[in-house]
Amino acid sequence: MDETAQIENFERRIAAGESIEPKDWMPERFRKQLTRMISQHAHSEIVGMLPEGAWITRAPTLRRKITLLAKVQDEGGHGLYLYCAAETLGADRSELIDQLLAGKAKYSSIFNYPTLSWADIGVIGWFVDGAAIVNQTMLAKASYGPYSRAMIRICKEENFHKKQGFEIVATLAAGTPAQHAMVQDAVNRWWWPSLMMFGPHDADSPNSAELKRWGIKRRSNDELRQRFVDMTVPQAQAVNLTLPDPELRYNAATDQWHFGEINWEEFHRVINGDGPCNKERLQARRDAHENGRWVREAAEAYAAKQQRMQAA
Amino acid sequence: MNADLFNFVAGLADDRLVLGHRLSEWCGHAPILEEDIALANIALDLIGQAQNFLKLAGDIEGAGRNEDQLAYFRDPAQFLNLQLVEQPNGDFAFTIARQAIFDCWSVYLLEALSSSSHQELAALCVRAAKEDRYHWKHSSTWVQRLGDGTAESHQRMQSAFDALWSFTPELFQATAAQQKLVAAGLIPNLSSLESQWRKAMNELLEMATLKVPTVGAAAGRPARSQHTAHLAPMLSEMQGLARAFPGAAW
Ligand SMILES: [Fe+2]
Ligand SMILES: [Fe+2]
Repeated sequence: MDETAQIENFERRIAAGESIEPKDWMPERFRKQLTRMISQHAHSEIVGMLPEGAWITRAPTLRRKITLLAKVQDEGGHGLYLYCAAETLGADRSELIDQLLAGKAKYSSIFNYPTLSWADIGVIGWFVDGAAIVNQTMLAKASYGPYSRAMIRICKEENFHKKQGFEIVATLAAGTPAQHAMVQDAVNRWWWPSLMMFGPHDADSPNSAELKRWGIKRRSNDELRQRFVDMTVPQAQAVNLTLPDPELRYNAATDQWHFGEINWEEFHRVINGDGPCNKERLQARRDAHENGRWVREAAEAYAAKQQRMQAA
Repeated sequence: MNADLFNFVAGLADDRLVLGHRLSEWCGHAPILEEDIALANIALDLIGQAQNFLKLAGDIEGAGRNEDQLAYFRDPAQFLNLQLVEQPNGDFAFTIARQAIFDCWSVYLLEALSSSSHQELAALCVRAAKEDRYHWKHSSTWVQRLGDGTAESHQRMQSAFDALWSFTPELFQATAAQQKLVAAGLIPNLSSLESQWRKAMNELLEMATLKVPTVGAAAGRPARSQHTAHLAPMLSEMQGLARAFPGAAW
């Protein structure tokens, strides 16, 4: 088959809803786009361990401490699972990590915001895991088998995280006036960055059309963002918290919540490395990598010795 | 007897709470992703064990203190953990050495306590021993890898054991509470722990091409009666939020 025929065949399979597997033929561009997406997703899980991880040692009860530690551990597991999915496309985990540490790979901009109070832990679970679920529910139907399967598995855990986060939020909202103020402040700080997680408007999203045609993304950024807003507004009302958007109002004609314009200048600034915590996050990852180098070298040397002994 | 039992069980809890806290500090900063996950797992087990032991201690005390009140509202001087477990993480070799020393001892201790005539205590120890056997497998495997890895890892592993060895006599010093519980037949005699531990550690260190550090004498004070300078700042971090909102629900 020549390449035109191969591409035709490939796109026919996708249109028919077939799943593409690692050994199947795929266009180079498909492979590249997917590797980029999956590795960005993996990096986000790993960098995402940092803002929440900072509160494990300060959690206010043992039950909350255990739940948070388990959550951050889950995110590490998601990262591991996603790096494996990227490796099915021929990528190499250590090279992907090198790209992250060199500042050449992107990760979700939300993790460049600081966690200032305990309430942030609840709000992150509610908003950030909630937004991730909206995105990942779509990706669970992605045309690439290993990615889709990773999403199904990961999404189950994100649902759990969201539930726990919302439970923290509801507890604080019903708590003392100081606790209510603490959680309202966290909502105020995390709402807009959470909306930014879905990416630019469809018109400004360079990769969207192609990703859609190849069945990787089945919904546009704006559609997903709207779904998240529609889901979250009633939840905020239920626990007596205000979302910081004066334009927020229900539109009976569309049965949707209208919301104000995102500050795209901030979005681009944070994505391009100039958010409140970009440097800190990358530095933490670099430090862990550098400080761990001798450990990885030792593990390799030991494994090689064992192998030689077994061969002898 | 209640006060002695409380002290003994709270000691078991505090060892695990403090060590679990230290391990949780690694989360997101470990040398490889697999270790972020593994250390978090062990921390989860230990903090879970601490939660159970503290709950039991609170029940034994009968003064209405639950596990959170005991964890968050006791001052450093009231904590009954070993000095070993409060030592800061250091490098990965230091964390692994601290863990191996503890795990090996903890498995033998919990196995012995599994035959306690105090049924609830025995049941908790059976469960915890099962978990700690996995921890010991993890830490002892790393001791071998690092001891017999590269020249650098060997040297780091050796220095870690050398630095931590002076904290090991406290593991085998019976507290007054413990002695009374043994005398009352509530817990078994623990005098064989030291030889069991020493044998297993010697074997591990030898396999890992490491030297067994010289044994120091026990400090001239009762076990679990004094802390190093590292516990107070750790507890102020752990307890700060809970204490800033006394009586609040979370
Ligand atoms: Fe995740
Ligand atoms: Fe999550």
